[in-house]
Amino acid sequence: MEPLTWTGPLGAYLDTITLALAAAFFVAVLAMIALNAAGATGRVVTNPDGTLSTSGSPYDLLASAVKWIGVALIGLVLAYFVVGVFGGPDAGGIVGALSQRMTPVWIALLLTFAISIGFKRKLGLYGKLFDSTVGMIGFALVMFWVFTGVFGALDMIITHDPLSQVSGMKNKVPGTPLSGAEEGDYQWYLLGGDNLARDVFSRVVKGAWVVVQIAPLATLFAFMVGITLGLPAGFYAGKLDTVLSFIANLILAFPVILLFYLLVTPEIVATGLPNYMAAVLFIFPLIFVGVLLNARYYTQPSIRTPLLLVVLGFLGWIYLSLISASGTKINILPASLDLFDIPGGILVVFVSVVFVNAPTVFRIVRGLALDIKTRDYVAAAQTRGEGPWYIMLWEILPNARGPLIVDFCLRIGYTTILLGTLGFFGLGLPPESPDWGTTINDGRRLLSIYPHAALVPALALLTLVLGLNLLADGLREESLKD
Amino acid sequence: MGLFILRRLGLMLLTALCLTFIVFFLTNLYPNLEKLAKTQGNFRMSEEAVESWLGDRGYTDNMFVKYGRWLGVAPGWVTEKEDGTVTGQCFAENALEDSRDRYCGVLQGDWGRSLVFKDDVASLISTRLAATGKLMGFVLLVMVPMALIVGVLAGMREGSGLDRSLSTFSITTTATPEYVSGVIFVAIFASSAFGLKWFKGSATQAIENATFENFFLPVITIALYGMGYIARMTRASMTEVMTAQYIRTARLKGVSFPNIVLKHALRNALIAPFTVIMLQIPWLLNGVVIVETLFNYKGFGWLLVQAASNNDIQLLLAVSVVSVVVVLITQLISDIGYVYLNPRIRIS
Amino acid sequence: MAKSDYDGPILEIDKLSISFFTRLREIPAVMDFSVTVQPGEAVGLVGESGCGKSTVALGVMQDLGKNGRIVGGTIKFKGRDLSEMSQEELRDIRGSEIAMIYQEPMASLNPAMKIGKQLMEVPMIHQGMGEKEAYDRALQVVTDVKLPDPKRILDAYPHQLSGGQQQRIVIAMALMSEPSLLILDEPTTALDVTVEAAVVELVKDLGKKYGTSMLFISHNLGLVLETCDRICVMYSGEAVERGSIQDVFNKMQHPYTQALFRSIPLPGADKNSRPLIAIPGNFPLPHERPQGCNFGPRCDYFEAGRCDHGDITMSPVAGDDRHHTRCLRFEEIDWDAPPAIGDAKERSEPGQVVLKMDNLKKYYEVAASALFGGGEKKVVKANETLSFEARESETLAIVGESGCGKSTFAKVLMGLETATDGTITLDNNSIEDIPIEARDTKTIADVQMVFQNPFDTLNPSMTVGRQIIRALEIFKVGKNERERHQRMLELLDLVKLPRAFADRMPRQLSGGQKQRVGIARAFAGDARIVVADEPVSALDVSVQAAVTDLLMEIQREQKTTLLFISHDLSIVRYLSDRVMVMYLGHVVELGSTDQVFAPPYHPYTEALLSAVPIADTSVEKKHIVLEGDIPSAMNPPPGCPFQTRCRWKSEVADGLCEKEVPPVRQVADGHQIKCHLSSEALDRMEAVIKLAAE
Repeated sequence: MEPLTWTGPLGAYLDTITLALAAAFFVAVLAMIALNAAGATGRVVTNPDGTLSTSGSPYDLLASAVKWIGVALIGLVLAYFVVGVFGGPDAGGIVGALSQRMTPVWIALLLTFAISIGFKRKLGLYGKLFDSTVGMIGFALVMFWVFTGVFGALDMIITHDPLSQVSGMKNKVPGTPLSGAEEGDYQWYLLGGDNLARDVFSRVVKGAWVVVQIAPLATLFAFMVGITLGLPAGFYAGKLDTVLSFIANLILAFPVILLFYLLVTPEIVATGLPNYMAAVLFIFPLIFVGVLLNARYYTQPSIRTPLLLVVLGFLGWIYLSLISASGTKINILPASLDLFDIPGGILVVFVSVVFVNAPTVFRIVRGLALDIKTRDYVAAAQTRGEGPWYIMLWEILPNARGPLIVDFCLRIGYTTILLGTLGFFGLGLPPESPDWGTTINDGRRLLSIYPHAALVPALALLTLVLGLNLLADGLREESLKD
Repeated sequence: MGLFILRRLGLMLLTALCLTFIVFFLTNLYPNLEKLAKTQGNFRMSEEAVESWLGDRGYTDNMFVKYGRWLGVAPGWVTEKEDGTVTGQCFAENALEDSRDRYCGVLQGDWGRSLVFKDDVASLISTRLAATGKLMGFVLLVMVPMALIVGVLAGMREGSGLDRSLSTFSITTTATPEYVSGVIFVAIFASSAFGLKWFKGSATQAIENATFENFFLPVITIALYGMGYIARMTRASMTEVMTAQYIRTARLKGVSFPNIVLKHALRNALIAPFTVIMLQIPWLLNGVVIVETLFNYKGFGWLLVQAASNNDIQLLLAVSVVSVVVVLITQLISDIGYVYLNPRIRIS
Repeated sequence: MAKSDYDGPILEIDKLSISFFTRLREIPAVMDFSVTVQPGEAVGLVGESGCGKSTVALGVMQDLGKNGRIVGGTIKFKGRDLSEMSQEELRDIRGSEIAMIYQEPMASLNPAMKIGKQLMEVPMIHQGMGEKEAYDRALQVVTDVKLPDPKRILDAYPHQLSGGQQQRIVIAMALMSEPSLLILDEPTTALDVTVEAAVVELVKDLGKKYGTSMLFISHNLGLVLETCDRICVMYSGEAVERGSIQDVFNKMQHPYTQALFRSIPLPGADKNSRPLIAIPGNFPLPHERPQGCNFGPRCDYFEAGRCDHGDITMSPVAGDDRHHTRCLRFEEIDWDAPPAIGDAKERSEPGQVVLKMDNLKKYYEVAASALFGGGEKKVVKANETLSFEARESETLAIVGESGCGKSTFAKVLMGLETATDGTITLDNNSIEDIPIEARDTKTIADVQMVFQNPFDTLNPSMTVGRQIIRALEIFKVGKNERERHQRMLELLDLVKLPRAFADRMPRQLSGGQKQRVGIARAFAGDARIVVADEPVSALDVSVQAAVTDLLMEIQREQKTTLLFISHDLSIVRYLSDRVMVMYLGHVVELGSTDQVFAPPYHPYTEALLSAVPIADTSVEKKHIVLEGDIPSAMNPPPGCPFQTRCRWKSEVADGLCEKEVPPVRQVADGHQIKCHLSSEALDRMEAVIKLAAE
């Protein structure tokens, strides 16, 4: 079996053109920036149909050149992928093979976009996202990794077991044929092998699932904690605010890595501290939902009481299942009722990420509450005798949602970075875990000779976080247009 | 103003006390001590042997007493063994009775000894801190001007091609943590795979002799990640200022565009980023730890990793004190600077 | 640039059209607009918000932003077409030949630059003056705008000055290089009435002194009457009528102008016998303008097939000097016919006393330094010995400028704050010490409030119906969701909103409609006392009348006690039964409307009456301009609160005003004044407002 080249037979025709176009694009963009910095702008003309456009000057020529070269470039890149989906490694080389493996992801992405754009006017802020190019690119990147993670977990994408080592594949470059391949095995290590001779591609795909699971959930918990504490701090101000702000600043003054090193060690896990912290942090969603419903329905006890019983009962069960695990300090729920156990390593990572993020969310929510509580509709609620929690949760919080949604996206990205940092220092997650931080850490030792093992997860993390940032930017832009 | 600084200093002290106590508490939890005893004594110690090893060294006392000792407000431990030898925290074994110090804590200037490096903590910290100071200094030198220029240029004309390209650039840098950009840079510029080999993948030599070749990659790695955020803040602040009514007033007064930007907009636009730059320094500390590990540069961040992964209690405490103080001082500077830059607050 | 000896019109705008372009469509903001400003002339540009008057100003400055564009017509300044000038030529003219003054003085000054530097910049750019010369010039102009201690002011930052002083600085900046044309865009809207009067006076004087032509943009007809020679009325992007002040005010030739005058409370209007006439319908959105006459759908004289057909141009009114109107039927309409008065309403008699305040005091403690508490505490006396009573179905107006304590008073009454001293009695129960959380539902539902800012009064993320239902839930009205929903629809009927609005979000409603929802919400629990905190001051003139009348009507039906907080004396005179005038926490005058609006006055009431612009040429007003600004409530003057600005102070012997707070005196039955002036002095006072016809 021959080793694969990056673009296969297709590349023989297209690579030169693609490179030339890419170079031209780069030069044109640079020239445009230079012209722009020198103060040149397009001359704007009004069209008969009432729109504006630019034309005429050298700047405009350049701008349209950038546009068309860009379009051509995107078309070419798409061609590589499309050929890959249908032709596989034989036609498209490594890129083609990857593209073929990713087919379920492409289909899911296409469906998501087709449906969303079709109904965008009915989908509120989410629909408006599809009016912004930046937002759409960000959303596409994020969903790419979400689908990769989900389908990867379903074993639809990976080519090899991410943990199994194949002799002779240690540190092999991308496209190396599998040594001793048997019938039914995938024939190549598409992105090469790592220093333990495992398939880099499959590990990255599996690693996406770890991130996609933990990052949004941890961010959500951090928001619950931040909101439940930040609203009263901003609303009541005074002593409560002073105390809570002091604690928040205390946590923020800790260098994150030091905190991780202190919290995420086997010795600390043995003391049960993470379990206690989990018990405290995970109770906040319960408080939040309970207060939310009570404030809304307390005038109608006949609805309120059963509703609260059902909702809190269910959440409480999940809560108890979450915090109690056999073999740790907190084991209150009998095994028959315990829905699931979280491995100590994951729990401690989860808890510390929530712990680090919550104070920042607290500060944001507090600031927003301070601002919104001066509005007349809050005064109106007060003058009709509403309780403070109703005002906080139903009058203030819904009107702070714009900035909070934007921050939520940014914060998922930040959480992803934090998870990577933990992995990079070998903290928390087991050493064979395929998550990106751990993989980068493994790969960096041989970085100057075999960069691919660290480079691939690094690029994966980069694109996901970039996608989240772009998504947040698009959302911010669109929510400001209201 | 004086009163304000005094209050802030008081608050800083309180914060530092709380934080060091937390570190102290976490490092002195029993499993940690057990590990300490076994690494210092021997690995096959029995439960009782561990107990007595710890007891002899005052580790089993009340947490607050131990913390007080470390601070130097409680007398150090003294153990008299059955054979009559007297050991103590604050004096050498069998020192004469009247030459024994009772207190030896931070207040007395004694930061303890590092068990891993077998060296005085204070001197360890000071040499490593100097090395990191050099790194940080270069980072700030590269990062701040670059961030401000990018931010101001982008925010000057909102929505222009310049704005869009620079914004994309700064978003990308904020999405690239140090351990990602570092890996990419080393792979491209220092690995044999791409064959460029412009720079070195290790900065170990830079401690003594920093050259462009061995120091550029670590500096740019930290600077880029920090830069994006500051640049975006500057841009946001600049676009906001450029749409302010007083900018229109200036324009309708007949002030030319360059003068509007330089004389009217810049100072107002820099108020917000200034605080961000200062608050960014604690984050730089994070980056320093990552980069020093990645490039094997033996500075303060590297020391932190060593101390933390070996549970070197005294060293870890000193490291956290230093980093907390750095964070708090930058917060103080940021507050004072904000007040200074913003006449609205300064005078009222 | 040398100022040429040009003697034609300063500004000639001819058939100007301005559009804003969005990605979707073109939005015309100004259409076929013409106006001429002669040297030394002041032209007023009047219209409601969104009519395009500010766009005209920006068009003159050639500063329409990225999306705005002049799509037709010319703007000539001293004979030169502004739109053909290069950027450099424009820069030369801006600030030196044409200067502009804006609405928000604080926002138009650079917060991080000293005032002196901002002023000196102008001549340094345009006349190439040196720093020393420019400083002298700045000093002179600051003295001209009557600011005390000019040297200190030049060395100050904008935030160190009060709003009135800031606006004077903005005026000074505009006058630095003696421009030929001054554009004023709502220059006094953000200021208090008495401060506004002083600024207007200053602008008039300086205009004369420097011989500057003025383009004065305002929504306030009274203000234009006081400042301008000619007027141009705009509606929905078009000029509908222009001419001299006398012609337009007395012989208006456009239905919109007439409707506008009929909807503002002029002296003589009365809520029972001569109610205001609101303009029906809503202002059309720029992209939903009707065919033909823009005002057609709201016009009483509308003639189908004629008014809704083709473009309508300005036609001259025969016999008048440069008087034009954009109406096809102006020659057919009988302009002097009295308005069809709806049925005059019976005057409702006040019933029993429902609310009584006695000696109410509210003091706040404020930390002297904001950081970290601590330090000295200062006491702010927000309300000082407030006593009055209010009866059933009575309207009591509470009048005063910023810092007079009217909002604090409302908060104490609502229970958001508790009183420091004194009593509030509601139906024989004292409620001054009971915070809102401790009040029972009945008390809370009885005392409700209507807020000032329509854009802030409704929760933006809840439907209109939901918000009203929530109030019903809280007030325990209705047994189940169905009944409450029914009641909510009835409340929408009450405030004359279509029932379909129940499902709308607040952002889909106009300002006036939002204010109606606010009123419906306040009446959800059948409120008996409603505190209306400037309920119409943020609304457009034509909407104000409708909302005011709605309030009056509901009051009449429900026998509500209305506490109407306002700074606008015209509307107070129109709708209130009794008036309470407040200054710096003190009630300086209290009496029936007739008593308060006729002599003897408290000196502050006298000044306030004189300061309010009245859009009626037949009214003669005595001219009283108060010096200085309102003192801060943090730091009130000793003795009488008004003594720093009082023009009658010299009449009181021994400097008593500076030493003692004056006693409350009964000058007539139910009319009290807090003043040291002797009865003779009070008797000597003349009426401030005189109708010439009388």
